[in-house]
Amino acid sequence: MYQYDELDQSFIEQRVAEFRDQTRRHLAGELSEEEFRPLRLRNGLYLQRHAPMLRIAIPYGLLSSRQLTKLADITRHYDRGYGHFTTRQNLQLNWPQLADVPDILADLATVQMHAIQTSGNCIRNVTADHLAGINPEEVDDPRPYCEIIRQWATLHPEFTYLPRKFKIAVTGVKEDRAASQVHDIGLHLQRAANGELGFTVLVGGGLGRAPMIGHVIREFLPVPELLAYLEAILRVYNRHGRRDNIHKARIKVLVKSLGPARFREQVEDEWRAGRDHAPRLLPQQIERVRGCFRPQPYESLVDIDALAGRESAFLAWHRYNTRAHRVPGYRAVFVSLKAHGEVPGDMTAHQMESLATLAERVSFGLIRVTHAQNLLLADVRQSDLYEVWRKLAELGLAMPNIGTLTDMIACPGLDFCSLANAGTLGLARQIQTRFDDLDYLYDLGEIEIKISGCMNGCGHHHVGHIGILGVEKRGEEWYQLTLGGSANGFTALGEVIGPSLPRDEVAGAIERIVETYRAERLESERFIDTLRRVGLKPFRERAYATHPEAA
Amino acid sequence: MRHILKRREILPDDWYHFGEDAPVDGALIVPLAELRKDPERWRNWSGKLGVRLSVDASYDDLTDALARLSLVAVEFPNAGDGRGYSLGRQLRDAAGFRGELRAVGAGVRQDQVFLMSRCGFDSLELAPGEDLEAARRALHRYDVAYQPGSAATSPVVTIRMQRYFSANTS
Ligand code: SF4
Repeated sequence: MYQYDELDQSFIEQRVAEFRDQTRRHLAGELSEEEFRPLRLRNGLYLQRHAPMLRIAIPYGLLSSRQLTKLADITRHYDRGYGHFTTRQNLQLNWPQLADVPDILADLATVQMHAIQTSGNCIRNVTADHLAGINPEEVDDPRPYCEIIRQWATLHPEFTYLPRKFKIAVTGVKEDRAASQVHDIGLHLQRAANGELGFTVLVGGGLGRAPMIGHVIREFLPVPELLAYLEAILRVYNRHGRRDNIHKARIKVLVKSLGPARFREQVEDEWRAGRDHAPRLLPQQIERVRGCFRPQPYESLVDIDALAGRESAFLAWHRYNTRAHRVPGYRAVFVSLKAHGEVPGDMTAHQMESLATLAERVSFGLIRVTHAQNLLLADVRQSDLYEVWRKLAELGLAMPNIGTLTDMIACPGLDFCSLANAGTLGLARQIQTRFDDLDYLYDLGEIEIKISGCMNGCGHHHVGHIGILGVEKRGEEWYQLTLGGSANGFTALGEVIGPSLPRDEVAGAIERIVETYRAERLESERFIDTLRRVGLKPFRERAYATHPEAA
Repeated sequence: MRHILKRREILPDDWYHFGEDAPVDGALIVPLAELRKDPERWRNWSGKLGVRLSVDASYDDLTDALARLSLVAVEFPNAGDGRGYSLGRQLRDAAGFRGELRAVGAGVRQDQVFLMSRCGFDSLELAPGEDLEAARRALHRYDVAYQPGSAATSPVVTIRMQRYFSANTS
């Protein structure tokens, strides 16, 4: 993974000193809350329903054992002994004290971590495919480019006060696990016919209100032009994006109002005009960063049969929670943060520490965070799988449900978020309870449920096979269902299937929806494929069958 | 007398804003609208001349006048409105303006001046009530930056590349 040199290190230390000074001025009454707000947001600090919330950046989801151990320490020392992994590969602390935050940031800096630009109207944490670097079909490893973008975006003097937040994702494979088509900018690594590397550039995707899929504005951008082109896009947005209405301030609204063709023209003009001054990536610069992401020192092994003579619980875990690896003798292992009855994405300090130790022993001391709020040990020897399973099971991290209906995504919702209309965590628990039978889950196969507590869509409900959105009605929590969304490879936005439902009817409606699938499916057809083939109608009818008078 | 931050030091301001009591050959900053209303008068102004742009102005608006101008002031209406940073960059890079580039307005605060100086603003007229000395210190808060920029802070890329080349030639 990327290692800070002393320049990176002195930069983050200076950043901590700056925030310490800003916090001191705020606590001394020299900076009003209104003045302090944009400054604390750019250091990941929100004021939430019960307490401040601190969002720690995990650049493109990659953590070392040492970092995860430090995170465990921090949650113990400054919080309540647990943290929450988000869909954007970050970690949130729900209960820190405002006055402690400079110390937390100083602690993070000792392990090359920070909370810079994890919130606020600026360029956010850059995300990537969680299987980056071990993917057989990969054009190139996206992470070096993510790191280059991270550095470029960090305290970018021109783009720290944008109209609205700005998210960039990079992927190196067709099957887009980084949801790059619903980011403000999506970058797809490509290799041209002559072997040159570059990116297809998508702009204007986004979830939240008026969800939109990104438009391709450049089919092929040579790698050295990456930052120059990003600057051109950001400059057009920074100059012309709307600032009068927060709901119209994302770049997708600008792209839509100008039209993708005119937007593209403006970007290309800006790119040409700024050419002599924009940063150009030098081969040495790219090499230096790429050097940090070389393949691990794998042993030369052969694939083995890890399953022979093992109990059925291990077989199920192996089938659902591990994936093929491009190196013989290895597999990638998911660490499920979706144990039934637990909050999706939550992890205790004890689990973090133990996993860090385990990763040290069996996966080169590296842990990845996925977009679905799970973790991943990317490089496990097949001969270690049984032991890894036993250890994970002991820690409550081996729920064999990856990719199944209970591997759902949920934003923090009403329990923590001050913008929420409705609770999400209780609802997730309700659904897990209803679908607690593993054989039934396995029979249903791959189904993604995504839950957001309000229109902002942090739980990505628009791109869930089954999306659930919390809405408020007459002071009560109701839920709207969407069907048919998808974020992998073929990105599609779900459609609302009918009136919203009160909380205790949601799990029942979902059960009727998946029962419809069981009745309609052709042999080995996935839920989303049946849905695409037969259309929404039968699902809609059955979902509301017992509830004709739903308001 | 008003003091400003100029080239990272606190100095007395030798410019007057339009509407202030400027001597006939004084250095005067005139709003763009005023400049357009009476171009003749301002062409013959005997002192130095500057223009004040609102944050939504375009640098194209200045092309003809730019050569005559010793100063361009960009208005930052509040701390959250970041358009001025891009306008500064465009004036320096695309329009090639080499005179004094000044940030003015309620958005020029000690927590923003570092970013402004890196976008080409070499003259910072702080919002009323701001602590000039604290703002001066804020300009020295970082000794490295990740982007190329127009102030004294060294871009990390430059340092790394220098090292790279010295390591590979020695
Ligand atoms: S979707 Fe709404 S409720 Fe959920 S975290 Fe985002 S803002 Fe909060």
